[in-house]
Amino acid sequence: MKTLLTSLALGAALAAGPVMADLTFPSLSYRTGPYAANGAQFADGYADYFALLNARDGGIGGERINMPECETGYDTEKGVECYEATKDEGDGALIYQPLSTGITYQLIPKLAADGIPMHTLGYGRTSVSNGDVFKWIFNYPATYWDGASVAIKYLMDENGGDLSGKKIALLYHNSAYGKEPIRTLTELSQMHGFEFLELAVDHPGQEQKSQWLQIRRERPDYVIMWGWGVMNQVAIQEAANTRYPMDQIIGSWWAGSEIDVLPSGAGADGYKALNFHAVGDDFALYHELEEHVWSQGLGAGGGEHAGSVLYNRGIYAAMIAAEAAKKAQEIHGVSAIDAAQMRDGLEQLEMTEEKMAELGLEGFGPTFSASCTNHGGSGRVAINQWNAGDQTWSVLTDYIQSDQELIARLVEEDSTAYAEENDIAPQCE
Amino acid sequence: MPDQVLFALEVTINGLMAGVLYALVALGFVLIFKASGIFNYAQGVMALFAALTLVGIMEGQVPFEHLINATFGTGIHGFGWQVPAILAIVLTVVVMVIFAWVVNWLVLRHLVGQEPIILFMATIGLAYFLEGLGDMMWGSDIRTLDVGLPQGINTLVDQVTFDAFGYGLFIDNLDISATIIAIVLVAALVAFSQYTKEGRALRAVADDHQAALSVGISLNFIWVLTWSIAGFVALVAGIVWGAKSGVQFSLSLIALKALPVLMLGGFTSIPGAIVGGLIIGVGEKLFEFWVGPLVGGATENWFAYVLALVFLVFRPQGLFGERIIERV
Amino acid sequence: MLYREAGDFKTSYRADSQTFPIRLDRWAYYAILAVAIFVVPFVIDDYWLNAIFLPLLIYAIAALGLNILTGYCGQVSLGTGGFMAVGAYSCYKLMTSFPDISIAIHIVISGLITAAVGMLFGLPSLRIKGFYLAVATLAAQFFLVWLFNRVPWFYNYSASGQISAPERTLLGVPITGAGTQAWATYLFCLAFVVASAWICRNLTRGSMGRKWMAIRDMDIAAEIIGVNPLRAKLSAFGVSSFFVGISGALFFAVYLGAVEVGAAFGIDKSFLILFMVIIGGLGSILGSFLGAAFMVLMPVLLKNVLVGGLGWPTDLAAHLEYMVTGGLIVFFLIAEPHGLAQLWRVTKEKLRLWPFPH
Repeated sequence: MKTLLTSLALGAALAAGPVMADLTFPSLSYRTGPYAANGAQFADGYADYFALLNARDGGIGGERINMPECETGYDTEKGVECYEATKDEGDGALIYQPLSTGITYQLIPKLAADGIPMHTLGYGRTSVSNGDVFKWIFNYPATYWDGASVAIKYLMDENGGDLSGKKIALLYHNSAYGKEPIRTLTELSQMHGFEFLELAVDHPGQEQKSQWLQIRRERPDYVIMWGWGVMNQVAIQEAANTRYPMDQIIGSWWAGSEIDVLPSGAGADGYKALNFHAVGDDFALYHELEEHVWSQGLGAGGGEHAGSVLYNRGIYAAMIAAEAAKKAQEIHGVSAIDAAQMRDGLEQLEMTEEKMAELGLEGFGPTFSASCTNHGGSGRVAINQWNAGDQTWSVLTDYIQSDQELIARLVEEDSTAYAEENDIAPQCE
Repeated sequence: MPDQVLFALEVTINGLMAGVLYALVALGFVLIFKASGIFNYAQGVMALFAALTLVGIMEGQVPFEHLINATFGTGIHGFGWQVPAILAIVLTVVVMVIFAWVVNWLVLRHLVGQEPIILFMATIGLAYFLEGLGDMMWGSDIRTLDVGLPQGINTLVDQVTFDAFGYGLFIDNLDISATIIAIVLVAALVAFSQYTKEGRALRAVADDHQAALSVGISLNFIWVLTWSIAGFVALVAGIVWGAKSGVQFSLSLIALKALPVLMLGGFTSIPGAIVGGLIIGVGEKLFEFWVGPLVGGATENWFAYVLALVFLVFRPQGLFGERIIERV
Repeated sequence: MLYREAGDFKTSYRADSQTFPIRLDRWAYYAILAVAIFVVPFVIDDYWLNAIFLPLLIYAIAALGLNILTGYCGQVSLGTGGFMAVGAYSCYKLMTSFPDISIAIHIVISGLITAAVGMLFGLPSLRIKGFYLAVATLAAQFFLVWLFNRVPWFYNYSASGQISAPERTLLGVPITGAGTQAWATYLFCLAFVVASAWICRNLTRGSMGRKWMAIRDMDIAAEIIGVNPLRAKLSAFGVSSFFVGISGALFFAVYLGAVEVGAAFGIDKSFLILFMVIIGGLGSILGSFLGAAFMVLMPVLLKNVLVGGLGWPTDLAAHLEYMVTGGLIVFFLIAEPHGLAQLWRVTKEKLRLWPFPH
């Protein structure tokens, strides 16, 4: 008991970190654990964008940005610890982007109670796009269900608008994340008359021989893959081994980065994946990053991953947070905004071509505008394709609009159930 | 032949191959358990560490690069050379031998004669340590390991079976090489333990510590030797699994695939590890093939354990384990 | 001088088997309990609650449970994570099916359900021993996790398979859900911890506990002197799983509020709790607390020192955290293989004789 008390006392003395009155954007990142390679690239992009704003503009609207980083290791308990450790930092955290579906679910009720907004960029609970129920949570520009719908739409176009009699398999990470698209795809299979096959892969997904042998036997016309971490590399490798045509696989946006395809070398050529933002480093912003961040030695990870899909996604997440903060400053006329004002900024955020061009990110993501009820964006998603020869992703299609009618219905069902379970009154009336 | 039979045949062959991969990991456990009665939980992490070291050396990476850069503000980024695979493997073996020596010197020497569970716990501590060390030394990126093992469908088998039955069986070249490697490895281990002085000393220690001590065998030396061999086996497992799924954190979890194999085959038997591996491999693949679709799939993880459990109820010491004699 | 009893003057069995024979110990225990009940709730904030106290208390219950099985009855189990999941999912089903019944009752019932499941999976222990049993309990671990992930009834058919705890109150004070106060959840868990420790202590020093220890020390010999191994082993599995189930229910309902079975109750959890029991001390109530404290506080402390104090990059700090934790486990085992509780016992012996050791 004595050792316990001393260590507690020591912990207390050290737990009190530096206090600064800045705009606080905590980064709950993971650079260790089973998903470290994916998490590190995202975290680098996220950090570099804020570093750029600090170095070039002195922050946002004259307020410097403080970005405390906290390692979650993709672990829910550490995520809680990180949340509690950072939420009161400075004048209070403005927004959370935990990059983990597990941590997101855990934080949804907590954040609503504490009055801090969260933005889950293409992950987390899909039905939070109903702002009526989920006041504090945002997931624009697109959700998993949009992704699933767009994948099917794309396949429809490929097949002249008819998928009946086709067989489509979903290879998914056997977790909350991987299960998300199932309901949408089941509905879509009834609607369009294709046969739908579910194949679960357990975490971490190093052994997928059974699943791929099954795919080899059943010969589905297409495979949609909802994977993360090592599962993606193994799946693509196994697909190459079993000679499943790469261009008939469509990965989710978390199964569409360089680290997923590079290990399979030339075998991965032609692999397709969903994405809701641009790829590559051909943007004006990158020159500024080079000038103000990387060359100054301020880059997280030394700019090593610059231009990779997940790095760009980190940039995109940080950009949305920064733009929402600007919007909030504009609405409320103060520069030192608080979390509630930040929420207003997120809710009235409008992403237009002009705005992105102005930021040096021309055509970086789909345009969308949020509202009190719509926290899920426009639901437009593009298809990328991997070119193993020059090791780049190329954008195959424009942003495709998802089946809004179906998704609105599913979102309504799921969020109403949540509202009933938790006694939440709709806020937009 | 009807399709179902062909499919089942394909699944069985692939199950056997997967079983060999499991057995490779299980071998390392058995070696250490036999020689010193330690259930070495760190075996999986050792495989990861060995594979990380191998890739790091091959790619000319500077150890602790990230730590050095963060502490001294330098911008080191690799030595800028490439080391040929063979040389890198030799260097990694040296690293694993040093590791075995350090483990013996710092940990095992102090825990001689403790209860098995304490020793088990110590290896868990070791696993934690090694996991942190591996990441800190070589970074936590996903690396591809290419030591020249072929990968992909074996076209010969595919062609022959297609001509004969109208359905080409899938066999992965990597699995074939893994099987060959495993056979060579086991043969080498058997030859070593039967025909060399050190090998016989090793068996003597495994039979009876105290008797071995009394005829002048150095326990310290034997333990370092055992751990070095286990380190080498870990490296081989790391190479095969690393070639399969890339060298990254999850590689250490292959230990979990080896545990049911150990249970089934017995903790003290090398043939047990092989046969156990094959039974588990075939069993879980066939179960997933027949029953999996009915219950929603992803059954392999638990079915391996349940299969082993059922065997154990009939033979509590595993298939080839030493018979448990209980006296009051 | 200060810390000793003067001679051995006990005249009854009752006095001989009391929990705190030394007066100073007893006072220290009451003082800690008083601080825990009357001081901590007034000063506790969200960070201390969620980062330190809740995990500490909840893991302490799980460690107590496992200690009964492994420490007192000698059956090594690696199915703890799976049994915690049983507690959590029972609690979830009960909470959503019978919203009007008090949450405290739900948690106790969850413990009972887990006890039944634990006894079922304890059956092989009659035949399988040692490490073979440890690995066999992994079958329970993997099967249960798969089951909760696979059967939609367990998670009320939600889209993603996550379960979230709705708000429930006790005497009008919210205990689960988002609107809770730090002091309320803390006291709620503390009550369970104190009750668990009290039950455990009394079970283990009674006839049941002596049977368990006889089985642990040598099961054949125990059988010969009339201990029924079936009843002893299964009761150990049952009691142990009861506490593990309660901790699982609290872990889900009070601490995290939303869990996903694979991530929250995976194999790591089983190992973590086994570490706590071994590091703390097998067969010791105090050891369960010390072990839980070590495994919960160590990472938090290291992280705060390295990242908050020294400003290290988070990934390096996390790697070092692993190395230090591993190193400390090995160090403690070498220093005292029987755990922190034994270390404390040795210190106590020294203190008794101080300043005149023979």
